[in-house]
Amino acid sequence: MSDPATTLPGGPAPHEPSDPGTPGLPPGPDSGLGPASVSVSGFGPVSEPASDLDSEPGSGSDLGPDTASRLGLPRRGTGGARAIVRRPGLVLSVLFLVLVLAWALTPGVFAPFDPLVGSPKDKLLPPNGTYWFGTDHLGRDLFSRVVHGASLSLTATALAVLVGFLAGSSLGLLSGYLGGRFDDAVMRCVDVLLSIPGLLLSLAVVTVLGFGTLNVAVAVGVAAVAGFARVMRADVLRARTQVFVEAAEALGVGRWRSLIRHVLPHAVGSVLVMAALEFGTAILAVSSLSFLGFGAPPPAPEWGSLVSEGRNYLVSAWWLTTLPGAVIVLTMLATNRVARALDAGRGDDR
Amino acid sequence: MARYLLRRAVQGAFVLWAAFTAGFVILYLLPSDPVEIMLASTGSMGELDPGAVAALRAEYHVDEPFYVQYGIALWRFVQGDFGTSIPQRLPVTELIGQALPETLGLAGLAFAIAVVLGGGLALLTGYLRGGRLRWLLLSLPPLLVSIPSFWAGLILLQVFSFRLGWFPAIGNRGFASVVLPAVTLALPTAAIIAQVLIKSLRQTWDEAFVVTATAKGASRLRVLFVDVLRHASLPSLTLVGMTVGNMLAGAIVVETVFSRLGVGRLVEQAVSAQDIPMIQGLVVLSALVFVVVNLVVDAVYPLLDPRIRPSRAAT
Repeated sequence: MSDPATTLPGGPAPHEPSDPGTPGLPPGPDSGLGPASVSVSGFGPVSEPASDLDSEPGSGSDLGPDTASRLGLPRRGTGGARAIVRRPGLVLSVLFLVLVLAWALTPGVFAPFDPLVGSPKDKLLPPNGTYWFGTDHLGRDLFSRVVHGASLSLTATALAVLVGFLAGSSLGLLSGYLGGRFDDAVMRCVDVLLSIPGLLLSLAVVTVLGFGTLNVAVAVGVAAVAGFARVMRADVLRARTQVFVEAAEALGVGRWRSLIRHVLPHAVGSVLVMAALEFGTAILAVSSLSFLGFGAPPPAPEWGSLVSEGRNYLVSAWWLTTLPGAVIVLTMLATNRVARALDAGRGDDR
Repeated sequence: MARYLLRRAVQGAFVLWAAFTAGFVILYLLPSDPVEIMLASTGSMGELDPGAVAALRAEYHVDEPFYVQYGIALWRFVQGDFGTSIPQRLPVTELIGQALPETLGLAGLAFAIAVVLGGGLALLTGYLRGGRLRWLLLSLPPLLVSIPSFWAGLILLQVFSFRLGWFPAIGNRGFASVVLPAVTLALPTAAIIAQVLIKSLRQTWDEAFVVTATAKGASRLRVLFVDVLRHASLPSLTLVGMTVGNMLAGAIVVETVFSRLGVGRLVEQAVSAQDIPMIQGLVVLSALVFVVVNLVVDAVYPLLDPRIRPSRAAT
């Protein structure tokens, strides 16, 4: 993912206004620089990457006193394994995501009970040794339902990101490469789509497509298309003026071949990072739509609808809403953490 | 200045028209039949004879070609008529008009809470030089961004309504009932404000004029509030436009969780009933909010930064 030296000095991926929250924020321990160190203006770019690397809140490693060794951890260097050891937050995030993915792929291995059939005599039990997350009003094991729900929820999330990524980046690719009227038209559409809140846009699409996990996924993906298109276009515009692209075209490489072979590989990086960041947003959107009741029909366990079902027992059974929601929060935290690491790894936070 | 305002108004009208068209295309062009959806949702699918269905189609102009439908809808839109809500049999504008004040109150309070919370968090981290407290504060925004608002709302309900009994759990009665929804709605926005402000505060500390102020002997607190904050608040201001849109979207979930009346609840009900005219009206409403908020933001810019003049901003 490292950028070849051919990129413009401006760095490869500006933060687009469409993704303001999660990506930014490299809060380093050094923001309170005294005037003395500020005056050495040449040090700006040197100290910045170091703070990107291991200042992520949650990792805890930015409290480490060994500033010198931190500065000696260049992201393009060979110390990748060491850097990971120094970032327990990132390692935990990856491990958690692997666990959740395993839930989604082989729920039977992890779920101790049937997610759909309960034992009525055990209904509404609080969390205990047998039922880790407690049981619901039909005596179904909540943990098993969460484990099985991972499959539906994560499939929908992945599909949403895929739809947004494929449609958005091909639109942005064409728009940036063809330019002219087509570019103008596409970008005006993108502006309009960005002016409508994503959740509302998804809901409009769900209204037309109907309910269900698949439709929710498509709807969330459609809402993400505009953002992807905009980032992709910006990078294509930057890439197509590069010398090697001009060289290829001067050598007689066709327009489309040049687009696919030369421009695309160079422009796809920041869209891929955006796709990683979009995962967190998509988990949130998918579970919100599912919470509102537009996802899979009732007996099927989906993370958002699990929380929604628990609403009826808010007073008597806190675990029914709290624990599935906590799993969603942890998944989002882990996803965002990994995505931020990828983002910082690209070195565009300069 | 008058020309500038006129130009902005034209731009705003364009965005409204475009949002209307986008909504129209999504809602009417996708392979579905509004009349069928309507009949299915009212459960009278098999009961009506083909003649009555055709009459309904004609009433909603579904039998016309696309451009005629669009022309009719656009003409109505220009006159401020969004048609009738299918299940409720009332004009869309009337229903939205009834619900809007509730949501505006909720969003207004939430916005104030978000600015105080997010701004306070950012300023505190900007003031602290290091230490565990600063580290803890810095880890808050990513955490808050990761909490779905439906879950945050339910947790707040459990703790403050059911355990402690401080606030009513549901409904629109009085100020107490708006506190928990507003806090729920404010949390993600506060996190975003804090993230952007922390970043721009951090960058501003390195500016030459800050060094100058410090060199002249200003205290860290004074430098932070007088010199750094004003300069660093510009990016957050840009964020406001988007934030308000997000609040409208957040209201969909929050009003459902707290069973409040409002625009967000209308959206949820309209989607459940596949009420296409209603959704169309709500999409245009969100674009209207977007336009108005961006106008306000552009008007505030020159107050913060005298270098930005309308003549320059308009180019």
